Amino acid sequence: MHSSGDRYTLPAIALHWLMALAIVATFLLGLSMTGMPGLSPTKLKYFSWHKWMGVTVLGLACLRLLWRLTHQAPAYPGTMAAWQRTAAHGVHGSLYLLIFAVPLSGYFFSLAAGVPVVYLGVLPLPAFIAPDPHWKAILRETHYVLNMVLLGAVCVHVLAALKHLLIDRDGLFRRMLP
Amino acid sequence: MSKSLVPLTARRFALAAMCMTLPVFASALKTDTARSSITATFRQMNVPVDAKFGRFAAQISYDDAKPEAAKASVDIDIASFDLGDPDYNKEVLKNEWFNAARFPKASFVSTQIKPAAAGKLDVAGKLTIKGKTADVRFPLTLKKKGNADVFEGTLPIKRLTYNVGEGEWKDTGMVADDVVIKFHIVTRH
Repeated sequence: MHSSGDRYTLPAIALHWLMALAIVATFLLGLSMTGMPGLSPTKLKYFSWHKWMGVTVLGLACLRLLWRLTHQAPAYPGTMAAWQRTAAHGVHGSLYLLIFAVPLSGYFFSLAAGVPVVYLGVLPLPAFIAPDPHWKAILRETHYVLNMVLLGAVCVHVLAALKHLLIDRDGLFRRMLP
Repeated sequence: MSKSLVPLTARRFALAAMCMTLPVFASALKTDTARSSITATFRQMNVPVDAKFGRFAAQISYDDAKPEAAKASVDIDIASFDLGDPDYNKEVLKNEWFNAARFPKASFVSTQIKPAAAGKLDVAGKLTIKGKTADVRFPLTLKKKGNADVFEGTLPIKRLTYNVGEGEWKDTGMVADDVVIKFHIVTRH
């Protein structure tokens, strides 16, 4: 295990912000495309893009987890209360779980709907399950609920980071600044 | 006596009718709809998507002794097209895709069937979709399973030949022009 002092390493910082951007974009695209009525080439294009972006997030999540398993996160400021550390661990753990669970639920939803994912329109990805209307309905709901949980976790994460930056001013925010 | 006379006459008529029609239908096969299927595979941004035609009627006359006398016709109920999503199923019945209100049926009628390699037939015919008719030719595989005949084949078509996908859907970058129709028709003697 590498110990990285008071800041995250550059790869970790790059992965964090890249994922933040990709997740927000994929989430917003998902919301807007599902709100589009009927069937149009634009809608289908957005669906494909959304899936490619989701697979990208999943790939980045794997790298992220790999980094986390081989590196130690920088220590929290000594002024942080024990309950805050516990809460921070809880939210970070949930976020790690969700960056896998959200894209995977979408991937399997797409498979159950009978539309396999062809990454960037070039690379056919494995179809682990056959089309199934029953699972399609369950996975659709699962994908939605997990996204709402992710939205909640991201909000808590961002608000807590801002609290450290603006109210506590304990230098914690700098750990993840490029 | 007078009571049983009528049914007897009716039975005789029925028998006579059967005898007269039997030679005509000797080679007509009964389609086992439940075990038959017709699907279309299209590509949307390079993603293969299978859709199924739920309702169709296939008439095949085939006799091993006279394969060149074989005839086949298939009528497909366009409204039964199933993409696996009720909303999309409704969308593709609209004017730009199938215009099912005006063209509720797609059909295939054979013009010539020739025996090819063992277990294969070379089929030529006319395919009509959305009111457009085009000549098609494809190989058909015939398999015998007990008293059932299984006719299987793949027919690649271009959707734009039949105006399927008009307006903005003409863009083949979104939905490819190539569509593969697969059929599996099970018949019984």
